[in-house]
Amino acid sequence: MSTLDFSFYTWANISNYLISGLYFSVSLTIAATIGGIALGTIIALMRLSNIKPLEYVATWYVNVFRSVPLVMVLLWFFLLVPSGFYDLFPGETGQKYRAEICALITFIVFEAAFFSEIVRAGIQSLPRGQMNAGQALGMTYGQNMRYIILPQAIRNMLPVFLTQTIVLFQDTSLVYAIGAYDILKGFEIMGNTFGRRIETYLLAAVVYFAISFTLSMLVKSLNQKIRIVR
Amino acid sequence: MIEMKSVSKWYGATQVLNDCSVKINKGEVVVVCGPSGSGKSTLIKTINALEPIQKGEIWVDGIAVHDRATNLPKMRSRVGMVFQHFELFPHLSVADNLTIAQVKVLGRRKDEAKKRGLQMLERVGLIEHQHKFPGQLSGGQQQRVAIARALSMDPIIMLFDEPTSALDPEMVGEVLDVMVGLASEGMTMMVVTHEMGFARKVSNRVIFMDVGGRILEDTTKDEFFGNIEDRQPRTREFLNKILQY
Repeated sequence: MSTLDFSFYTWANISNYLISGLYFSVSLTIAATIGGIALGTIIALMRLSNIKPLEYVATWYVNVFRSVPLVMVLLWFFLLVPSGFYDLFPGETGQKYRAEICALITFIVFEAAFFSEIVRAGIQSLPRGQMNAGQALGMTYGQNMRYIILPQAIRNMLPVFLTQTIVLFQDTSLVYAIGAYDILKGFEIMGNTFGRRIETYLLAAVVYFAISFTLSMLVKSLNQKIRIVR
Repeated sequence: MIEMKSVSKWYGATQVLNDCSVKINKGEVVVVCGPSGSGKSTLIKTINALEPIQKGEIWVDGIAVHDRATNLPKMRSRVGMVFQHFELFPHLSVADNLTIAQVKVLGRRKDEAKKRGLQMLERVGLIEHQHKFPGQLSGGQQQRVAIARALSMDPIIMLFDEPTSALDPEMVGEVLDVMVGLASEGMTMMVVTHEMGFARKVSNRVIFMDVGGRILEDTTKDEFFGNIEDRQPRTREFLNKILQY
């Protein structure tokens, strides 16, 4: 067995192979978090709406996506959606972003199921009196949700949202299944090019760890800050 | 101004209001008392339809609250309510607590709403706290802000649901002072409370409710605090207990 050799890990190679992958992983995480929270909030509101058909649809949405693996949903979407769909979003030079668009939509749809449960828990943890107070001032259900309930629910749930985002960031590595160029893919290509696969996977682990661990620490300090405000 | 006719309400099979009829005229202050579980809070919350009823009629300033077709938010915007646990909005500053409903519900301009809100804050003696958040205030101060918030909407009636029950004893007075001031200005008020001193001082009538959601007595203040031998046995028992110390 040969010894580990990291000499290929130069700035030139990092910028060549890794930057665009990292950029894709991070953008996918941010976009899926924002989109997932937006869609998740709608699903949570449907679930709490007391309107039976909406409740039913939302409940099944959550149950289905929480019970199947993400990588499978990714593959379904990739294989089932006709390629003509992607022509709707052409690149500047006319190239197709099939894997990227597929990943983005799948992640938003999938993560919305998880975010909706967080939003729902946030809403339900508020005292009933808050809703009553808004109502008593003459607010409609929608105004009450928008100005009183959701701002509090989302603020209270901020640490949980961030924790879910960290999981999401790690899960973005699953896009390897549909061939999108994320950070893991970048490392893989670099490893194959230099014949140094063990070293590159080791470095990939370090990068994932560094980013996730930093975010975890951030959540921890945020938690303490929130506790003080209460 | 408020008229309840034979109002009944059930939670499942349990009856919580039993054939309650109450009439409150403009400018009257009516105190509702009774043991816990007698439905006092439920009764007062039916007036602005925070608690729906199954039977009977409720009229507020000519609006049929019991009617499904009634625009409830609009009706509620004219009825002020103060809660046991204040229910200020913790994510908004005191000033924003006072203005948000004025702007979003009544459609007032921001500066107009702020002016009105601060007038009311001044009136409850807390103008210097306008930039603070509710969590930075004491219970008594929070409740006074809650009263100012309700008053900023220029309500025609004020409902108080045990406004001093969650307060430290030394903070009860500052809240009652504000309420006494309101009453003396002619505000129509319905107050669920155990503060018999308040009832004695400013109320016109006292309603006594008993377990099962029945109104046992509805008398003038003088009658209620007059000869205790004239009261119903259940009322006598209650009064003896709470006035003992």
